Amino acid sequence: MIRDFLANLDTLLIYAFAALALASAAAMLVLRTPMRVALALITCMVSLGGVYGLLGVHFVAAFQVLIYVGAVMVFMVYAIMLLDPRDEAATARYSSLLWPGVFGFALLAEALAAGYWNDLPGAPRGATGGSFDIASFSSAFLSEYWLHFELTSVLLLVAVVAAIAVIRENRRSDRG
Amino acid sequence: MDKVQVLQFVAAALFALGLTGVVIRRNVLVMLMCMELMLNGVNLSLVTFAHAMGSAVGAVLVFLIFVVATAEIAVAIPIVLLLVRRKRTLDVGSFSDLKG
Repeated sequence: MIRDFLANLDTLLIYAFAALALASAAAMLVLRTPMRVALALITCMVSLGGVYGLLGVHFVAAFQVLIYVGAVMVFMVYAIMLLDPRDEAATARYSSLLWPGVFGFALLAEALAAGYWNDLPGAPRGATGGSFDIASFSSAFLSEYWLHFELTSVLLLVAVVAAIAVIRENRRSDRG
Repeated sequence: MDKVQVLQFVAAALFALGLTGVVIRRNVLVMLMCMELMLNGVNLSLVTFAHAMGSAVGAVLVFLIFVVATAEIAVAIPIVLLLVRRKRTLDVGSFSDLKG
């Protein structure tokens, strides 16, 4: 009994982390203040990082925590604290699209679930199913998928140029 | 039901929840965070398939999505700050005069 439990412990933990991610994602839709929404999103991202770690893809888990929680969400929390909390958009939660949005959510969830239920292939034959280490990942990234690597660097450069352009626009509107 | 299947359902649910949040919420910053939630759902799907197939392709795409998310936030938040300075509000309905 105990041995069975321990053998399935990582699967149980994956389910627990997935349930936590789903619950915090649902909380994002109903919480009122943006800061609480940001904290729910951070909970969701950290639990997804737990799922990745338990699946054995440790470097993706580390980058999930480092990049998403460490950079993106810190920037987001900073922007939330910079803006006025007495804004009326912080108290009124939903736009007028609430019921069409909920209806569309029901349709989309049903379509995706039906697609997965009918068409998801089982475990692929001939696939190892084991996890891969960072050495094979990085050699594949730099030799086989070098185009993607270059695209990411170009995208980062474009983002830097765009951010500078936005800031210059900001200065010009200050003067004008 | 298989572990991979459960995680795929979770990924689809995260994507659908994020899309719903983009549609129904009023605050611009909350809409941005819901977009991040959609990207996270896609990431979960990619990592699950990469784990099931034992190949590195999914992880490469996950890194692409990391970069896209970072660039999106780095450009979107200054734009939101500019809009808020113009209109003094985060309500997305008050920006409807941006429609061409």
